Amino acid sequence: MKPAAFHYHTAHSVQDAVATLADVAPDQGRILAGGQSLVPTMAFRLATPGHLVDINGIEELHRLAVEDGALSIGACVRHAAFHRPVTDGVLGALLTHVAGHIGHYPIRQRGTFCGSLAQSDPASEWCLVAVTLDATIIAQSTRGRREIAAANFIEGVMSTALDDDELLVEARLPLPTTETRYGFQEFSRRAGDFALAMALATFRLDGGVITDARLGIGGAEDRPRRITQVEAALEGKSPNAETFEAAASAVAETLDPMEDAGTSAQYRRELVQTLTLRALQSAAS
Amino acid sequence: MTDTHDITLSINDHDYTITVDARHTLADTIRDQCGQTGTHVGCEHGVCGACTVLLDGQPVRSCLIFAVQCGGKPIRTVEGLAKGDELHPLQKSFMKYHALQCGFCTPGFLMLAVGILENEPDISDSDLREALSSNLCRCTGYANIVKAVRAAAEELKAGS
Repeated sequence: MKPAAFHYHTAHSVQDAVATLADVAPDQGRILAGGQSLVPTMAFRLATPGHLVDINGIEELHRLAVEDGALSIGACVRHAAFHRPVTDGVLGALLTHVAGHIGHYPIRQRGTFCGSLAQSDPASEWCLVAVTLDATIIAQSTRGRREIAAANFIEGVMSTALDDDELLVEARLPLPTTETRYGFQEFSRRAGDFALAMALATFRLDGGVITDARLGIGGAEDRPRRITQVEAALEGKSPNAETFEAAASAVAETLDPMEDAGTSAQYRRELVQTLTLRALQSAAS
Repeated sequence: MTDTHDITLSINDHDYTITVDARHTLADTIRDQCGQTGTHVGCEHGVCGACTVLLDGQPVRSCLIFAVQCGGKPIRTVEGLAKGDELHPLQKSFMKYHALQCGFCTPGFLMLAVGILENEPDISDSDLREALSSNLCRCTGYANIVKAVRAAAEELKAGS
C-alpha cells in the first residue's frame, strides 16, 4: 500500500513542465496535479510511474476566468473552486451542483477539474459535463498546442486522446445562453462513492416548447456521451410528463451499459431511465 | 532507485528539517520522521479519512499527498488543537457527546471538522452531514459525531 519509487520534478512554468515531460515520458513520466486518483492507483501499484512532474506550482494553471464566451479552467483549478458559483447564470449554478457530487470535501480541496478529464473515469462528473456542454480541451507539448473537442478527447475507460508528452493545460466550457435550464441527477450506493449512472439535461423553453436540448449520460457506458437522437426528438415538444417519459425510455433503449459484479446491465439501464426522467423534470421545474 | 529531497515541514508551527524519499506520503512522514503519531493511517488510499490534516488551512487526505510537495506549507495536526491542558472546543464536544469509542478515526474527524468550521462557520445541517460523510467511523454510527460538531460550531461562533 505504499507507492513505488519514482523521480519527483517540480515545474515552474508550462514550458518547463512540457520540456520535463518530453524528457521523462518515455520512462513512464506522468503529470502530478491534485493526485486524488493517481496517488491511490500508485498506492495499489496499479500505476508505477518512473517520474512525476508536479505542476501545482505553476501560477498560470490556477487561472479560472470567463473569456470569449467560455469559462476557461486551468489545469490546477480544484473541484472546491466550484463550491460557490464561479459565474452568474446557469453555468455557475450547474457546476456548483455537480461539484457537490464529486468524492468528498477533502478530496475536492486537492483534486482538479482538468485532472478528472485526463483521468477519464467513466464515473467522472466533469467528463459528463465537458461532453454534454461541448468543452474544448487544450493540450500542450514541446511540439505545440492543439485543441480537442471533449467528445473526441475521451476515448474510453481511463483513455484519452492525450499523447504521453502532452499536458492538458486548460478546459474551456462554452457559456450556455441565459435562459438555459439544467437538471443533473446521479446515483451512487454510498455518499461520495463512484456514480453508477448520471444524467445531465439542458434546454431552453421558447414559446412553451423545448429547444436546444442536450442530454448527456455518464457512468453507464465506457465513456459519457450525448444521446443526440433523443435530443432531436425533444425539440419542439412541450415539457410535460409524456415527453419526458418517452425521452427517458428512448435513452434507456439506446444504451449499452457496462456490467460489473454488483451491477447488471439491466440495472444500469433502468437507473439511467429514472435519472434521465428526473433530470428532465428538474430542468423544467 | 531512490530520489531523496531535503525539505522543511511546518507542523503546528514547529519546523522539521528532514530528508524524504519522493515516494513518502505526507501521512507517513508526519508519523515516522516527525514523530507526530496522532495522525492515523487507515486505508492508505484516500477512502477512510483517518489521516486528515489541514494543509494551507484546508482539510486534506495526507495519504494522497507526497511529503516532498508540502515543504514550507503550514500543516496542522491533532496535536496542535489543544492549548496546553485546555482542549479545543471540538475535542471537549466529542467527549461530551460520546462522539468516539475506539478513537482510531477521531484525529481525522477532528481535523476534518476544524477545517470545515473554520472555512464555513455558518454551514447548514445538511451540508455538515454531507461533509462529515467524508470520513469513516466503524463504532459510533455517526449520529453523535454530527451532534458534537454541530454543538461545537455554535460554541465557536458564539466565542468568535
